[in-house]
Amino acid sequence: MSEPFIRIEKLSKSFGDNHVIRGVDLDINRGEILTLIGKSGVGKSILLKLLINLIEPDSGRILIEGRPLDALTKLERKAFLRKMSYVFQGTALLDSMTVFENIALPLQERSGTSREEIRRRVREKLLLLDLTDIEEKYPSQLSGGMKKRVALARALVTEPEVVLFDEPTTGLDPIRKHAVHSLITDYQKQLGFTAVLVSHEIPDVFYISQRIAMIDEGRIVFAGTPEALRKSPDPIVQQFIGGADTAPVEPTAMTDPAVIERCFSREMNGAVPGRSAFTLICLTLDNLAEINRRFGFMSGQTTMKNLLEGVCGLLRATDTCARVGLNKVIIILSGATLEEAATFSGKLGAVLKRREILDGGPVPDFCLAISAGFAEAGRGSRLEDLLGVASAEPNLLEKFNICPEVGEA
Amino acid sequence: MLTAPLAATGVACLQTLREFGRIGIFFGRGVFGIFTLPPQIAKFLAQVYFIGARSVLVICLTGAFTGMVLGLQGYYTLVKFGAQGMLGAAVALSLIREMGPVLTAIMITARAGSAMSAEIGIMRNAEEIDALKTMDINPIHFLVSPRIFAAVVSFPLLTAIFDVIGILGGYLSGSVLLGLSSGTFFSRVESSVEMQDVTGGFVKAVVFGVVVSTISCYQGYYTHTRPGGFGAKGVSSSTTSAVVTCCVLILVTDYIMTSFLL
Repeated sequence: MSEPFIRIEKLSKSFGDNHVIRGVDLDINRGEILTLIGKSGVGKSILLKLLINLIEPDSGRILIEGRPLDALTKLERKAFLRKMSYVFQGTALLDSMTVFENIALPLQERSGTSREEIRRRVREKLLLLDLTDIEEKYPSQLSGGMKKRVALARALVTEPEVVLFDEPTTGLDPIRKHAVHSLITDYQKQLGFTAVLVSHEIPDVFYISQRIAMIDEGRIVFAGTPEALRKSPDPIVQQFIGGADTAPVEPTAMTDPAVIERCFSREMNGAVPGRSAFTLICLTLDNLAEINRRFGFMSGQTTMKNLLEGVCGLLRATDTCARVGLNKVIIILSGATLEEAATFSGKLGAVLKRREILDGGPVPDFCLAISAGFAEAGRGSRLEDLLGVASAEPNLLEKFNICPEVGEA
Repeated sequence: MLTAPLAATGVACLQTLREFGRIGIFFGRGVFGIFTLPPQIAKFLAQVYFIGARSVLVICLTGAFTGMVLGLQGYYTLVKFGAQGMLGAAVALSLIREMGPVLTAIMITARAGSAMSAEIGIMRNAEEIDALKTMDINPIHFLVSPRIFAAVVSFPLLTAIFDVIGILGGYLSGSVLLGLSSGTFFSRVESSVEMQDVTGGFVKAVVFGVVVSTISCYQGYYTHTRPGGFGAKGVSSSTTSAVVTCCVLILVTDYIMTSFLL
């Protein structure tokens, strides 16, 4: 196995008698989104601060591509730390500077970037984060959500290789929360940076993280894929993630995989032998990334919300609608066969084209691309297999293009 | 049992020495930052404006009234000995050698030193200083160096303004109000003040500038290390400490420098 990008070995940190981090071992791979979860006050933020060298550890070490950080020369260490950005929980924007000055600051303080280039890069980030018209305002004149986005813009303006996010979505409304998650995942794909995220957003982190590490009492109690985390027999893990094991209250929220599994079991138990138990439809908004790019991340997530409302509003009381990703919705049509599902899907296309799904109404020369994959469940079917089948290309039975005038393609 | 007070004194001495050492290193890093690239000209000018230009009014007011009081007191004291003709010399020398640099430094401590300490303390508590570090910006170069530079530039200039306005104040009370001939007043000023007095006053002003800016920034920068140094209370205690320490150190260094300069 190749060397991890960053390896944390037996890292410990105490403040007086308070042993916050107690021998943490953790690997961070290049280009992944790793989420740190755990109860409040267990040392997640301190671990991030140790990583970016804001705090010196008492013992243990951090290795960068196999080389201990403290063995690097001063210049190498500085060069590595320059490639990192940190998004503070409380934003930590400089209150006496305008939004523009805050975002431009890391570029201005590094020689070699022209004034025009700084202006261009700051404007680009302002546009992407839906922050236009506020560049001359001061942080104290902004709402909490806006401040968070300005802090994100400041962290991303240097195009870092590693970004540490300390609870970037705490205190945001659901759409903005999804927009920030969408921004992190989109940028991570686009720029390929490594993201380490401290978050309490369960189940959202299951869908945006490649790996999750759970900290409890200053130690890593679990590190692995979201799937492995859900299946972990560790009672501490189960107790922590079990708290979110309920159906979402607000319509745009992600659904906990455990809720989908419960629904799956219920349908399977009620299945009549020889008939299909249900059909699973996996709807994907294929061009969410393009919507994000053209209209902003907020528009992308508002469009997703409109899509969810449009789709879920069509279902019978016995059917289930669940959001399983930033651009994915699954529908469980109880007792339906593939043909019935195809009929439903046709109806869905007709209804959706009459609704204003795209945030802000139709835009000339822009179509929403939605694909629908199907999988029929019979006795003995497994949920993972069905989700895989429904997402696979050969099972893609429908593809809608919702355009302003042409309608369904 | 008997050694306990000795041990406590030793600990206190060591802590004080350590604190002085820390302040010295902090000052050294601040000065080094002035000469580090890229040059922070805009920040230097902004601080010169804040510490210097915006203190002119208060310096003029204090200078004028200090000079007027000196004129009054000096006149009534000297007249007893029939030496009221020496008023110009008394006013000018006491202002240029002592009162100008000392009172200017104390007034700027009250106006700008407290503001420096509070501003940096709030930045510390709001994690803004940590944010600078994560952006690979040296917070001492960014926050402290421009203030030290501005204080070193502004203190002598403000002292000069204080001296001139103070002498005019002394002239107002001594000559215009109490009737001493203006020719006598100004001829005594001219004959008694030597270049050494003026440079001595300016050297004091530069040293006070260093002391006030370093101590004020230091107190704000390390707000979080004070016992109970978090939140508004922490900032208030570091600001108070900055002002008190600066005022005491101004008087102590004034005595030390005067003893060397005379």
